[in-house]
Amino acid sequence: MSEQILGFLDKNALIMAFLIVGLIMYSSTLISRRLTKGKIPMPAIAIILGLIMAYLGGMYTQGEKGIADVRLFSGLAIMGGSMFRDFAIVATALGASLLVIKKAGWAGAVSLCAGVTLSFVFGVWIAFLFGYKDVISLTTIGAGACTYIVGPVTGAAIGASSDLIALSIATGVVKAIIVAIGTPVAAKYIGLNNPHTAMVFGGMMGTNTGVMAGLAATDPSLVPYGAITATFYTGLGCLICPSVFYLLMQGLFS
Amino acid sequence: MIIYGVALLAFSFIVGQLLGEVLGKCIGVNANVGGVGFAMLILMLLSDWLHRKGRWSITSNQGIQFWNQMYIPIIVAMAATQNVRVAVSSGLVAILVGIIPAVICFVSIPWIAKFAKHRLP
Repeated sequence: MSEQILGFLDKNALIMAFLIVGLIMYSSTLISRRLTKGKIPMPAIAIILGLIMAYLGGMYTQGEKGIADVRLFSGLAIMGGSMFRDFAIVATALGASLLVIKKAGWAGAVSLCAGVTLSFVFGVWIAFLFGYKDVISLTTIGAGACTYIVGPVTGAAIGASSDLIALSIATGVVKAIIVAIGTPVAAKYIGLNNPHTAMVFGGMMGTNTGVMAGLAATDPSLVPYGAITATFYTGLGCLICPSVFYLLMQGLFS
Repeated sequence: MIIYGVALLAFSFIVGQLLGEVLGKCIGVNANVGGVGFAMLILMLLSDWLHRKGRWSITSNQGIQFWNQMYIPIIVAMAATQNVRVAVSSGLVAILVGIIPAVICFVSIPWIAKFAKHRLP
């Protein structure tokens, strides 16, 4: 009987995900209102609940997809996958002003270059302090400090071992989580309350997951501005980490 | 009709993402370069154009607004499917390299924002 029910839920996994996320959002609204008196916004609590569920799911199944590895929750992988995510983000463009984006385009480009470079340089520096001395390891870990896609793409391109690639993915995931949780807390200290800064923010942080979750929890009206620059970050990182930065590293360390 | 809005969104999405894929291939990168960004720009230009032509109805708009409003729930689903276990248990190097550069980028945001504003032509 229970197998039949599970089979039925498997077939309707995405619908099940809508129900589950609805329940998460509802409990987050209650927590936000009752426990924090509205001080912590609902989306921030919902995202943190999601991350906690992902952790518990990962511990329980030893899988890689968070809570989605638990059969009942498998639809969350579809709902939270890149197709629906990108589709919904493109839809937020309707609330954005083309004029503002045009005006801040230069700031976005500057922040993209600064963001990739700073992440890479400090990633390499910390790896160096931890005793990594060869160019391939340092470059792969530095690329991982950009996003969890730049790391493995760079590692694969320059011939890093699989444990290094795994390390660079983990680094990128840590960054995404920190940006998602830290942004609403720190937003007021860096003046993240206008489209111009949101575009710079997207270019500096770059991690799509982190930027989009962080801005959603801070001020949903800023999401399209951050997203439009962040979307170029991973591509830029994949372009310069295995090429320009790798060559510079070779020159520097040999 | 609502489906017109959804279809316009889908059109922008597909053209934009394809552009991102092609751009990635052209510069020899194994990734989508700016697909979402192109899609957003296409959607903005198209809806603006339809608006001016008087071909944009409230119901078409609702088709896009629905997905706009689904954004946060989708992000919550995305958060729940991240590999948090690996991030937490991957050792000090991954955690520090994940956090410290991010914090440095974060605190330099006001500085970069100011710099870029002053250099505006």
